[in-house]
Amino acid sequence: MRHIISILLENEPGALSRVVGLFSQRNFNIETLNVAPTEDPSLSRLTVTTEGDDRVIEQITKHLNKLIDVVKLVDLTEGNHIERELMLVKVKALGASRDEVKRTVDIFRAQIVDVTPSVYTVQITGDAGKLDAFVQAMAPIGILEVARTGVSGISRGDKILSL
Amino acid sequence: MELLSGADMIARFLQDEGVERIYGYPGGAALHIYDALFRQDKVKHILVRHEQAATHAADGYARASGKPGTVLVTSGPGATNAVTGIATAYMDSIPMVVLCGQVASHLIGEDAFQETDIVGVTRPIVKHSFAIKHPSEIPEVLKKAYYLAATGRPGPVVVDIPKDMTAPTERYEYVYPKKVKIRSYNPVTRGHSGQIKKAVDMMLKARRPVFYTGGGIVTSGASENLTALVKRLGFPITTTLMGIGSYPQTDAQSLGWLGMHGSYESNMAMHHADLIIAIGARFDDRVTNNTSKFCPTAKIVHVDIDPSSISKTVRADVPIVGPADSVINEMISLLQGREMANAEALPEWWTTIDGWRAEREGKLYEASQPGERLKPQEVIEAVYHITRGEAFVTTDVGQHQMFAAQYYKFDKPNRWITSGGLGTMGFGFPAAMGIKQNFPDDVVVCFTGEGSFQMMMQELSTCKQFGTGVKIINLNNGTLGMVRQWQDLNYKSRHAHSYVESLPDFQKLIEAYGFTALKVEHHDELDAALERTFADNDELVFLDIDVDPREHVYPMQVPLGAMRDMLLSKTERT
Repeated sequence: MRHIISILLENEPGALSRVVGLFSQRNFNIETLNVAPTEDPSLSRLTVTTEGDDRVIEQITKHLNKLIDVVKLVDLTEGNHIERELMLVKVKALGASRDEVKRTVDIFRAQIVDVTPSVYTVQITGDAGKLDAFVQAMAPIGILEVARTGVSGISRGDKILSL
Repeated sequence: MELLSGADMIARFLQDEGVERIYGYPGGAALHIYDALFRQDKVKHILVRHEQAATHAADGYARASGKPGTVLVTSGPGATNAVTGIATAYMDSIPMVVLCGQVASHLIGEDAFQETDIVGVTRPIVKHSFAIKHPSEIPEVLKKAYYLAATGRPGPVVVDIPKDMTAPTERYEYVYPKKVKIRSYNPVTRGHSGQIKKAVDMMLKARRPVFYTGGGIVTSGASENLTALVKRLGFPITTTLMGIGSYPQTDAQSLGWLGMHGSYESNMAMHHADLIIAIGARFDDRVTNNTSKFCPTAKIVHVDIDPSSISKTVRADVPIVGPADSVINEMISLLQGREMANAEALPEWWTTIDGWRAEREGKLYEASQPGERLKPQEVIEAVYHITRGEAFVTTDVGQHQMFAAQYYKFDKPNRWITSGGLGTMGFGFPAAMGIKQNFPDDVVVCFTGEGSFQMMMQELSTCKQFGTGVKIINLNNGTLGMVRQWQDLNYKSRHAHSYVESLPDFQKLIEAYGFTALKVEHHDELDAALERTFADNDELVFLDIDVDPREHVYPMQVPLGAMRDMLLSKTERT
């Protein structure tokens, strides 16, 4: 099963490499990885999506918790949560397909953020499934480039991941 | 307020931390630190001949004393030479602090002379690592390094120190930090009471229980508590290779150690047990054999300080995260006034176990005859007798290591010193050196083989310089014995590069370093040679013994089998 693990990490040089290194060292998967500072300058928040059965996920969280630079973590998929990813896509927009792209962008509630005579740059947010669906819908028209941020997430309701 | 340079802070911190001996080798990036060490006399520096030996010597000291070992090396090759020793300590959870010189901060990343990203290189084999960013943070970082190395599940910590951080011209305030806090690091201090109670109830109901204890008992100093618990219950106990000595091996309740080359009765008892109480052990693949066939009828209680060791390879029915000593204490107090539910079951279980013991008694190996080459097992037994089982024993890796574990009996913890997890050839001699220098009154024996010894034999020179009287017992069979054994068993005796074609004349070699070496070719010469070897505890003696190269280590678990599936000799199997 796919899991989304959010980690509060010491904002120290080398901390990220310990997390990433752990996954390769122990033969765990990383599907997406997203990391940025938080409101507390001493902490980064890192969100990783990974695939594995319960035993593997248990090992992943235990080993992550063992890293000295990991302050706290939560497996968001254990409860209700919000998952978002942002994607920027350059799509071929020539002739008749220019309108088709625009229509599809509207259907997905995406936005066109840059325009040239032959290319639209589209910004879209949502969960990974929605982004995949958009890529699929655009594929016949011609996708030129894709940049995805990887999943970021937060739990629903009053549950908070903080110090 | 005291102003010190970074280098002086390091020397001063080591004094304040109570470090008596450090092992190291100087070089450009570490020279300020070496100069600071030169200007004090509390911390003694042992100059090794190769940085790997520094880590093994510090590691040996740590295993024997329970305190962190300290290593000081320079940048680049100095640090990379230490890598094997760091990995060795990591795999066996040994507390160690490795101070590495680094090129000056402004040169980092420029491929400067003797630059290596040692924090990057060692990342998967350390408990944690630090890079010093400002001289003023040295005391606190060093305190954190020692704190992390020695607490929780211990392990090596690397501190990378750029040369400009130790410059004599820059001075900052020095205060020895008595305590440090790391917000993300809070090792557990006790186990979950509900889980411990559950475990105790299961112990009292068990019909065929076995204790299975590992290096965690030795590391946490829980041997006495463990012995009290096992005695109180009257259960059999087997230990891992790393746990040897955690329970007195000459006691009747001890089944010896278990696993690939463990005793017949240990592996049989594990396979047939209905309850396994694992404490400070990690169900390593050299213990469990095939995990899907592992102990099919047993419930498993697993006590470990490291949650990630629990249910890693074998699922625990009752996981308990906590330090061995406190969990065992709690078990003992919960047992007060309580009796086994089935009074007759335990004696029956012992009858079965004694039956297994009797099956193999006197059949472990065939002794040599006068005039013949000795069997390696006989040599170990003879050394056991002459040292009355009280020596510190280090080993290298291979057949001699397994024979030493099988035939030298340990009644105390911290005396059996071996590279169990990583299996590092070359470990034994420098480890013995580190122990002897810190425990000069004790007898320190290194069992080695002609393959392993040649990996770290340059330390003879260090022993000469510091007058270190270790006893080196070289079980010389002219082959890489364990490799050859596997080739015999799995490759139709095609001995690919396991034969050592041109061995040095060890006697001349050892004499060149200024020590005594003795040669034993036959059975009849052993006793006199051992007398001579152990006559003077301060003298390094190298005993080169020709042993039978055809000997295999048995029992040996059958690959992919269950615990009970063993080869018992070249012709017998279970």
